[in-house]
Amino acid sequence: MTATIVERIEDKLYQNRYLVDTGRPHIKVRAHLSPSPNLLALTKICPAKCYELNDTGQVEIVADGCMECGTCRVLCEANGDIEWNYPRGGFGILFKFG
Amino acid sequence: MSEEKFDAIVVGAGMSGNAAAYTMASHGLRVLQLERGEYPGSKNVQGAILYANMLETIIPDFRDDAPLERHLVEQRFWIMDDTSHTGMHYRSDDFNERRPNRYTIIRAQFDKWFSCKVREAGGTVLCETTATKLARDSSGKVIGVHTDRAGDVILADVVVLAEGVNGLLGTRAGLREMPKPENVALAVKEMHFLPEEVIAERFGLTEDEGCVIEAGGTISRGITGLGFLYTNRESISLGIGCLVSGLAETMEKPYALLDAFKRHPSIRPLLAGSEVKEYAAHLIPEGGFKAIPQLFGDGWVVVGDAAQLNNAVHREGSNLAMASGRIAGESIFRIKCRGGSMTKQNLSLYKSMLDKSFVMKDLMKHKDMPALLHTNCQSFFTTYPKLISQAAQNFVRVDGTPKIEREKATTAAFIKARSRWGLVSDAIRLAFAWR
Ligand SMILES: Cc1cc2nc3c(=O)[nH]c(=O)nc-3n(C[C@H](O)[C@H](O)[C@H](O)COP(=O)(O)OP(=O)(O)OC[C@H]3O[C@@H](n4cnc5c(N)ncnc54)[C@H](O)[C@@H]3O)c2cc1C
Ligand code: SF4
Repeated sequence: MTATIVERIEDKLYQNRYLVDTGRPHIKVRAHLSPSPNLLALTKICPAKCYELNDTGQVEIVADGCMECGTCRVLCEANGDIEWNYPRGGFGILFKFG
Repeated sequence: MSEEKFDAIVVGAGMSGNAAAYTMASHGLRVLQLERGEYPGSKNVQGAILYANMLETIIPDFRDDAPLERHLVEQRFWIMDDTSHTGMHYRSDDFNERRPNRYTIIRAQFDKWFSCKVREAGGTVLCETTATKLARDSSGKVIGVHTDRAGDVILADVVVLAEGVNGLLGTRAGLREMPKPENVALAVKEMHFLPEEVIAERFGLTEDEGCVIEAGGTISRGITGLGFLYTNRESISLGIGCLVSGLAETMEKPYALLDAFKRHPSIRPLLAGSEVKEYAAHLIPEGGFKAIPQLFGDGWVVVGDAAQLNNAVHREGSNLAMASGRIAGESIFRIKCRGGSMTKQNLSLYKSMLDKSFVMKDLMKHKDMPALLHTNCQSFFTTYPKLISQAAQNFVRVDGTPKIEREKATTAAFIKARSRWGLVSDAIRLAFAWR
């Protein structure tokens, strides 16, 4: 039997077109000591794997691969865990097919 | 631009925004449409099935030049467990009609086309422009928008919020609530490219005939969700959508669910040899009738996904978006014609016209479905699919066991899993929610 090959999210995102607004991230995580359950969930359920846990147990974001779906906003904006904006007009994900 | 005042500003160039802008521009209103994407469609994701009727009402001869992929002649509904699917297929040559009823489309291309129609009708479309805030006068009436382009506020008599499910403007201005995690599904989708002939052969299609599969079951791992596979001319759209609340509870990775769906023995052969060219994600409003917010106010109306006008049970959204956009456009035109101003009271015409249309009637009909599926997700998305697969296998497999014993085993399995009372109550609740 061949082992199951699990695709890497990086390879998936590599197929997409982005215009990254360098130095102006559109999503920010509020400084915290330990993440709320919803913030922690984002490290698994963000479809672009933008959220990761760092060595000291805080959730960090690198929003370059973000597809602007809004999942993290729905889960974490109301309680102030994150600050969410659209990238400036024209920047961000550019779907070729959508 | 800041000197000029428009009859209407439409925020967003998706299905609802284009329908609204086209309707108003073709009636001669001065319309400004803002779209944050590089081109209309560059931010939009859909399965995507286009329902001809709702577009035909807006642009009767759309078939002449709209980018359409395949017209649908076959629909498959699959209930899946880990190794099987039990299906119902409906195929009819009646769908090979002169003006087909449903087509597959590719949103990035379709939205560009629709937006060209808005321009042809005289609307002004500004892309790469994000509306950042609503402008209001001292009484709170919406009088225009601020954008991320340099310049003052742009003024208009009315603002049509067609900003989609994740619309920031309306929620920030307190006109409606932010969608709740249990009322939105996160869909992830891939575009698989294959030669046209291969797709035709695999699905038994000729020329531009198309086939779609909707699939539910253990593929969503107990979360309320559905998978889909749609045939385009030379690509296949494959995706799966699950409630955000369910994902957050289980911490399932959406792309892992998509990969498992792709590797399912019933799906894998349909995609064999394909080249994936895009991976996309988007929310779908699933709250139905009960999640619909206030739809109009002084100087504004909200249409499409931003207003949660999406029929998750029937997987329809773009048509409700187009219909609500058109109705908003028509009601604004009517108010203008009789010299009325865009007050809350006058704009209630939009709501009353919408109430009379299929949009509200359909959403009303299924108003209890979202809650039912959400509170019973384990039984509907794990237990029943497994039982149905076992029942089908019991029916089909021939190994010398008497039929009566096989039937008894099937019944016993259902009762063991859900109890007699559970089965009856699930059936009744489903019937009532569907009614
Ligand atoms: C995976 C998936 C599959 C689907 N399948 C189907 C299907 O098969 N059939 C069907 O009928 N429906 C389907 N739907 C639903 C359908 O896509 C939506 O209902 C429809 O697109 C809603 O149209 P809309 O115009 O309201 O919003 P959208 O199409 O999302 O358009 C909103 C627009 O507003 C723009 N915008 C947002 N904010 C701003 C701002 N501040 N400034 C400027 N521009 C802004 C966005 O860039 C976007 O172009 C599906 C949805 C998904 C995600
Ligand atoms: S918007 Fe979607 S893709 Fe972007 S960071 Fe949030 S969850 Fe991830």
